[in-house]
Amino acid sequence: MKFIDEYRDAAKARQAGQELARHVTRPWTIMEVCGGQTHAIVKFGIDELLPPQLTLIHGPGCPVCVTPLELIDKALELAARPEVIFCSFGDMLRVPGSHRDLLSVKAAGGDVRVLYSPLDALKIAAQNPAREAVFFAVGFETTAPTMAMAVCQAARLGLKNFSLLVSHVLVPPAMEALLSAPGCQVQAFLAAGHVCAVMGYEEYLPIAAKYHVPIVVTGFEPLDILQGLLMCVRQLESGRAEVENQYSRAVRREGNLPAQQTLREVFRVVPRKWRGVGEIPRSGLGLAEAFRAFDAELKFGLAANSVSEPAECQSGLVLQGRIKPAQCPAFGTRCTPEHPLGATMVSSEGACAAYYRYRREPAATQSS
Amino acid sequence: MSDPAPFEPACPFPIENYPQVLLAHGGGGRLMHQLIQRMIVPAFKNPWLEQQHDASIFELGGQRLAFTTDSYVVRPMFFPGGDLGSLAVHGTVNDLAMAGARPLYLSAGLIIEEGVAMESLWRILASMQRAATAAGVQIITGDTKVVDRGKGDGIFINTAGIGVVEQTVSIAPASIKPGDAVLVSGDLGRHGMAIMAVREGLEFESSIESDSAPLAGPVRALLDAGVEVHCLRDITRGGLTSVLNELAEASGFPIHVEEARMPVREDVRVACEILGFDPLQVACEGRMVGFVPEPEVERALKIWSGIEVTAGAVRIGEVGQGGAPRVILKSTIGAQRILDMGSGEQLPRIC
Repeated sequence: MKFIDEYRDAAKARQAGQELARHVTRPWTIMEVCGGQTHAIVKFGIDELLPPQLTLIHGPGCPVCVTPLELIDKALELAARPEVIFCSFGDMLRVPGSHRDLLSVKAAGGDVRVLYSPLDALKIAAQNPAREAVFFAVGFETTAPTMAMAVCQAARLGLKNFSLLVSHVLVPPAMEALLSAPGCQVQAFLAAGHVCAVMGYEEYLPIAAKYHVPIVVTGFEPLDILQGLLMCVRQLESGRAEVENQYSRAVRREGNLPAQQTLREVFRVVPRKWRGVGEIPRSGLGLAEAFRAFDAELKFGLAANSVSEPAECQSGLVLQGRIKPAQCPAFGTRCTPEHPLGATMVSSEGACAAYYRYRREPAATQSS
Repeated sequence: MSDPAPFEPACPFPIENYPQVLLAHGGGGRLMHQLIQRMIVPAFKNPWLEQQHDASIFELGGQRLAFTTDSYVVRPMFFPGGDLGSLAVHGTVNDLAMAGARPLYLSAGLIIEEGVAMESLWRILASMQRAATAAGVQIITGDTKVVDRGKGDGIFINTAGIGVVEQTVSIAPASIKPGDAVLVSGDLGRHGMAIMAVREGLEFESSIESDSAPLAGPVRALLDAGVEVHCLRDITRGGLTSVLNELAEASGFPIHVEEARMPVREDVRVACEILGFDPLQVACEGRMVGFVPEPEVERALKIWSGIEVTAGAVRIGEVGQGGAPRVILKSTIGAQRILDMGSGEQLPRIC
């Protein structure tokens, strides 16, 4: 497959691993922010090609994982209402709320639909004027522009039965929160390439300078990740802390300006609670005043609820890179993809799911 | 739920805490596997069911027979490369063939939703007849029910099949041995992506056609040539991944396969990449895996390569010895990882 296979070349990947080994002179700890990168690392076994001095820790960049439990419960409440057609990306269906998940609500008669784009939810709203189409708007800066576009179109079409349950989060504030936490071990970041394709990377310049940490905008294929790591290591070894762009085939410095413009029109920056991490100021997007009519929380009068996570779930520590999934006592025993305690075990970008799927009993995988 | 205590064997609820049946329980992944293992097998406990083969083999009047059943539902009913009718014949014929049986007779039970166009029904029936003729079987009994509009999804078809087992060796998971080579009979994931592409409105330069096909011919060809076949299984829901995991578990041996050897057509790979699916977890309807001892590999592949439906057959790995009965995949960049069965249905991801 063109533009994919070139970046999965086995010989080049091994060369890149050797190149890294040549440049590394002491231990370094690098965090890949995005869950998509975490899965690529574990799925392809990229970490097995790295020199032992290099430690990767997995970041909070899984939109499904950081969506707060309260909001999942609100989604479940909405999806169970007879008048609601609850639309969502597929990932969210198995994420556990306090008592159940969207798949269970669907089995109990809720109208839950898996869509690829919120624009499809507009069609559903137009075709079902007597019902309410609600889209579960989760994700980082990557998915936010399509949500914004859907809201603009709904406004233009005068659709009154379309709304968003918004849980959008922003990456740079989370990176700052991690860096300013006591005991932070992260010495460099692979920044999430697709987030930067939308937002550009200028907003990372002050972070790199303030915390003296290299940030390399990186893609998602094995060679992208290896090259991103090499760029981080070169900076670390030479004492530099700059923002560099490995993913230049998709990311420009200024990003996608029309997408950013639409985001600014439709959303405003709000404080947001991250599941497992806590509230981070100015780290989320909420609908702007002019588009309040499309806010499902207001429209359906969903009361603020207060819930607590299963005490045993350590996904917060996993999301902050403080422990690896297998270090959680519940991993693979009381917490599995079929019976998850936290979202990190369910989502296609969750670190626990990646380790469960590809790495149980790593010793057994070494033999051949 | 009421007290389950009086039921013997003990009611195994809750299945991973789901008090209701989910769509995922039919998705060919781990949840479906658990449903079968914890509820269905204990409920009907008997030695034939415990063979856990695609078809059960039993003796009647000194003759060994194979018996199987399967139900079919697909949306859309007509798709590139096939339709519900041909699928319902191929699937059951293939289940018989996987037990090494020569398929002979099929039944057909139709559950039809009120309002289905008579022309669609006729097309489905005509397609079943064509598929049966091509596979050398006859549909000799059947049943028809019509349900209220909204109580069915167009047409549901159940077919059961009977075949005769002529060879004496047991072609079953229990016959798998360490060192056996693992073959697949052709490119993977085409049926599932043909359906998904239609549902999602994906358009490629040419449409992805389902691989739906009867496999009794290529199985017969191996057996007639005297090839020592240890196990066969057709790849359906859950794709290659589910089949290999089931067979690793049933045989008790690890299975090692290589990602780089997996035959996946370019358009299928692209569609999977766009929709966020793993081609190794996508359904086929005309593909099988075969386990043969090392000295038979060349002959088996040569025979299959001369038959249209198995022309793309390749070796993808081998059965290991020792270690947990898991499937281990060597990735394209050379690292090893577990190839685990999915939970239920593959869910399209966010980004």
